[in-house]
Amino acid sequence: MLFFLKNAKSKQLEDALAGCQRSAAGPAAAWAGLPEDELFTPAGFRAEEAEATASSNYSYWGSTLRSFLKNKFAVALLVALVAVVAFAFLQPHLPGQIDPNYCRVDPETGIQYRNVAPGVDGFVWGSNSIGQDLWARIWAGTRTSLIIAFFVAMIEAVVGITVGVLWGYVRQLDFFFTELYNICDNIPSTIILILISYVASPSVPTLILGMSLTGWIAMARFIRNQILIIRDRDYNVASRCIGTPTFRIVLRNLLPYLVSVIMLRMALTVPAAIGSEVFVTYIGLGLSVETPSLGNLINDGRQVMMQAGLRYQLLYPTIILSFVTIAFYLIGNAFSDAADPKNHMQ
Amino acid sequence: MVKYLAKRIGHSILTLFIIVTLVFCLLRLMPVEGYFANYEKMTETQIQAGLQSMGLLDPLPVQIFRFWRDAFQGDLGVSHIYRVNVPVVDILADKLPISIQMGVTAMVVSLILGIPLGLVMGRFKHRLPDKIGTAIVILIQAVPAAVYYLYIQMYGTTALNVGLLFNADNLRYWILPVFSMSLGNIAFYAMWLRRYMVDESNKDYVLLARAKGASEDRIALRHIFRNAMVPLVQYIPSAFLNTVVGSIYIESLYSIPGMGGLLVTCVQRHDNTMVQGIVLLYACVGIIGLILGDLLMVLIDPRISLGKKEGGR
Repeated sequence: MLFFLKNAKSKQLEDALAGCQRSAAGPAAAWAGLPEDELFTPAGFRAEEAEATASSNYSYWGSTLRSFLKNKFAVALLVALVAVVAFAFLQPHLPGQIDPNYCRVDPETGIQYRNVAPGVDGFVWGSNSIGQDLWARIWAGTRTSLIIAFFVAMIEAVVGITVGVLWGYVRQLDFFFTELYNICDNIPSTIILILISYVASPSVPTLILGMSLTGWIAMARFIRNQILIIRDRDYNVASRCIGTPTFRIVLRNLLPYLVSVIMLRMALTVPAAIGSEVFVTYIGLGLSVETPSLGNLINDGRQVMMQAGLRYQLLYPTIILSFVTIAFYLIGNAFSDAADPKNHMQ
Repeated sequence: MVKYLAKRIGHSILTLFIIVTLVFCLLRLMPVEGYFANYEKMTETQIQAGLQSMGLLDPLPVQIFRFWRDAFQGDLGVSHIYRVNVPVVDILADKLPISIQMGVTAMVVSLILGIPLGLVMGRFKHRLPDKIGTAIVILIQAVPAAVYYLYIQMYGTTALNVGLLFNADNLRYWILPVFSMSLGNIAFYAMWLRRYMVDESNKDYVLLARAKGASEDRIALRHIFRNAMVPLVQYIPSAFLNTVVGSIYIESLYSIPGMGGLLVTCVQRHDNTMVQGIVLLYACVGIIGLILGDLLMVLIDPRISLGKKEGGR
């Protein structure tokens, strides 16, 4: 508050000065216009003002938000993405929704509604080859895929940050983790994923495990490199000297520096995890059909894709999936630009 | 250099050792039906006798040791389901050539298409070609490969008037799989080349060239491009791994009789020894690819010394 007042006062004075200098010919005339007391009254001494420290009104998250909001396209995309995600999770609670595994049977003939085209007989997005409602299945699948992706991103972030901080901050651990990294980094992560899914029975937790088993390494490595660079900067040395506990240095001094990159990596993990799920399902190691996921919906769609009339079964899941992945990708990039303090100086 | 190389290869061998042991141990957890072609019809005693004769009831360390000894001599056991009692090595040797041909072609195609794309994007920064190129790159990177592979197959087969299944003798059948396989790397090369070109274009030598009166095209092609290519080489190992992984999906999609398709088939049919052999081979290929990429980097740019390299990838 004090800071604001001071700013306002000095600005007022400067404006007055500038105005005077423009209007009159000499500097003497410029000063003449100012009120006497502004120029010569002693400020006096007030204890509370002498002790007060003015801090800048810069707020990290405020600036981040402002610079993110400037990117109109990303904001629009974010709104659309939130709407889609919210709808995916709300959809089963809306009235008149069908269970994704329920095969609807024609009451007159007793035959299932097989491959009904979109919009016919109350199937908004058509039905599949055994009469299940694709509308319900696609939203249920979106939920499953998003849940998997969120968990993978969370695990990667938590494990990656913890290990990365330990690795960068505790010197004795550096050798161990570096050797571990050199070994793990050589293993193609897809091979691990295939192996885990092959050995364990396919389920949501297995897929999450298989995907996050290798993903944290890259994150940890990145955090470690950054921490090595900034851990011995003067402000951290000062913090250590005045006895700040290590965890507080890490939380307050080091990690805020890395928020933008951590968020970017997490945002990019989501499309990658959704893609991995589709891949694993294609190989035959994905979730069973009772748990609809975008992976097995696309796989089902693939089987009928050469019949032009049935292509909607591939089209709708891929549209939802592409929208979600592209949105995460672009929003992640836009957010990381906005969260980078280097872009806040304007 | 020699010291680095020795260390690098040592790491790789250690990695390989760990992967193989891990794969071996994990596969022991699998249900035993993956070792018998006609499991349903067998009695309990027959199963036990069969396992005994394969040495699968011995303690785990003994099995691992035996597996290593055999693997060292080029014996990875026999397939039990895919092709009963045919050695895994023979089946793999059968499938390997076409996978290698396809992978190498895809790598070459991605360089041929990706680098000009990146060059054009960097040359016309923030103009129409750059915007279109960026949109393409984002599309390829953000949408899971599995999805656009399907659309390429769906519309490509109709457009080129080829069948769904691969036919190695007809060159037209090579276009779609090779193109799909290289698409990811095209985006990858284009994206990085553009970024490096933009970085380079702010340097003083570009200013000098412009002051001398060199045309923008000449500056982009003769000055910026040459320097921007150098750091790109470090992405070749990753690109190699992308191709290897992509091949699993694409070979099976087009029924190409190669390694990737074989892996999918064997996984679906639970043939444990085959999966073990293929995973081993993939791990080797990945590791060798990474080493070669590192070496290539030194060969291309004399300024890079590997001893000091800090995990450039």
